[in-house]
Amino acid sequence: MDKFRMIFQFLQSNQESFMNGICGIMALASAQIYSAFDFNCPCLPHYNLAYGLGILLVPPFILFLLGFVLNNNVSMLAEEWRRPQGQRGKDPAVLRYMFCSMAQRAMIAPAVWVSVTLLDGKCITCAFCTSVPVETLGNISHPGLSQGEMKRVLARIPCKEIYDGQELIANEVAVRYLRCISQALGWCFVLMMTTLAFLVRSLRPCFTQAAFLKSRYWSHYIDIERKLFDETCAEHARSFAKVCIQQFFEGMSTDLASARCHPPRKAPADVGEAAEKLLGITDQGTMNTALKSWHRCKPPLHLHPPALPSGNGWAGEEQPPPHPPVPRREMAAYYSRV
Amino acid sequence: MDRFRMIFQYFQSNSESVMNGICGLLALASVKMYTCFDFSCPCLPRYNMAYGLGIMFVPPIALFLCGLILNRQSLVMLEEWRRPQGCRKKDLSVIRYMCSSIMQRAMIAPVIWIIVTLLDGKCLICAFSSSVDPEKFVGFANTSLVQVQQLLAKVPCKDDELMRNNTSRKAVSRYLRCWSQALGWSILLILIIAAFLACWLRPCFNQVTLLQARHWSNYIDIEQKIFEETCCEHSRLFAHKCILHFFESMRQEMKLHSFSLPREGEGTEGEENLLRDITDKDQVNKLLKMWYYEKPPLNVSQTTQR
Repeated sequence: MDKFRMIFQFLQSNQESFMNGICGIMALASAQIYSAFDFNCPCLPHYNLAYGLGILLVPPFILFLLGFVLNNNVSMLAEEWRRPQGQRGKDPAVLRYMFCSMAQRAMIAPAVWVSVTLLDGKCITCAFCTSVPVETLGNISHPGLSQGEMKRVLARIPCKEIYDGQELIANEVAVRYLRCISQALGWCFVLMMTTLAFLVRSLRPCFTQAAFLKSRYWSHYIDIERKLFDETCAEHARSFAKVCIQQFFEGMSTDLASARCHPPRKAPADVGEAAEKLLGITDQGTMNTALKSWHRCKPPLHLHPPALPSGNGWAGEEQPPPHPPVPRREMAAYYSRV
Repeated sequence: MDRFRMIFQYFQSNSESVMNGICGLLALASVKMYTCFDFSCPCLPRYNMAYGLGIMFVPPIALFLCGLILNRQSLVMLEEWRRPQGCRKKDLSVIRYMCSSIMQRAMIAPVIWIIVTLLDGKCLICAFSSSVDPEKFVGFANTSLVQVQQLLAKVPCKDDELMRNNTSRKAVSRYLRCWSQALGWSILLILIIAAFLACWLRPCFNQVTLLQARHWSNYIDIEQKIFEETCCEHSRLFAHKCILHFFESMRQEMKLHSFSLPREGEGTEGEENLLRDITDKDQVNKLLKMWYYEKPPLNVSQTTQR
């Protein structure tokens, strides 16, 4: 557990490390899913190709989309792409940079799936067993088999228990042949992917380094700005809610007090903190009314500026008075609809 | 756990250690990949050689490229090589030093793959079983050329019906494995002697140049890291100022439109400052809409004029 926590902390230390971590986890997950998957070739002439190629190509596509979904920068990219220009110009180089780096990370898990599938060999064996060259590997002159019949026999190659064409072509010979082709394709695919990655990474400093530094800085900036804006809004919402609720309770206590013809009670100076926090609500009936009011009639999202503290219990109005006295306590105007 | 943490921290302490760590991981990964890989020789006359030599040489190329990609220093070296001269002269010996250290580290995983392959023997048996001289082995001595090629090609496949109980197959297999392992051990010995000599003889030649090159390559690496960190810090401060500026301009706009009174700072609670005069649902909605439709310009020099 401690080891995991340390690794987790290391990966979270910056955004890029975190994304690399997710990338690595998805690659391992894709290898694990493949080994857990119970491959079942249908061993029928046309179904084989569909099944084999489906298992080879559909999960990588899903993993690619999943790679985009799990990347929390996708919404940032979409937002930056669709926002109106306003006072800030849009830089297509930044958008391209963000998209490229996301696509590169999302491609790793599908590439791992395809390589593992090809190196294992079951998919290609299943998909192409009807195309085995019987002339070179077996006896094509085996009598009595039409094209369709031969295809049906060959389609059963991956299923050793029901294979009945041992005289036509030996099962092990065909499986070895297909698996050899599959593994050769797999290693070529791996080599091609690593060469591509190498070229992409090493040609960049040779040609576009300055533009790259600029795009990287501004994409980072957009990310940080969005996070800071969210934080600032959260802070603002917190303060808003606090003041709103405070005004609600004060309004309640003022309202109820004036309904019972008592003047609004000002907390005496020597009362403790706990009494102040009671916000003027000190009995069960008042509390119940406050709770009912909160449920039935939440206050409007409008924090009123404070009113003049005058002795006649004027509880404030919409328009504040034109001359502000210097310090004032904020009181809300609460219009009860109870 | 403590030991693991210590090792982890040691490797993170400087970038050379990180590179060594990655190199080691790649070497372990190459051994693991070889053991997981299901080697199946096709046992057909021309395919054997292609398959055997392919398995021996294609993965090392991929591992070498991986070693270059995962090494951060290779990017640093390329940038240093391609940058315009500007005010700072380029020192070719530093670039050469970085290049050689990157290549050395990247070569470790491929070499391990090749050695493990040779010591295991399956690849060479598969590739060269058809090239063995059939006269040396009793079972293959007196058959026609085509047939002997076919039979020899099937030697790597133990379970083939023709080869199942063939003692000559075992003889050929042992012969090839012996060659393969001898080759593997020789290569290992030569490489270790070469590394040993390089380590010991290097201080005899150009020690001063070496020290300088190592220092400056380290410097370039650290300088780039610090530049990236400073850029991050700067963009954070920039964003902070930009957002504050935006909220201020929104507050001023609200004041202009709604005739509400300015609050002087005294006597107000901390909450007031955080609210920044935006105290209404409509005002908040307007602020969020402005943020989307008209993001503020990337210019925070005006905040200093307020």
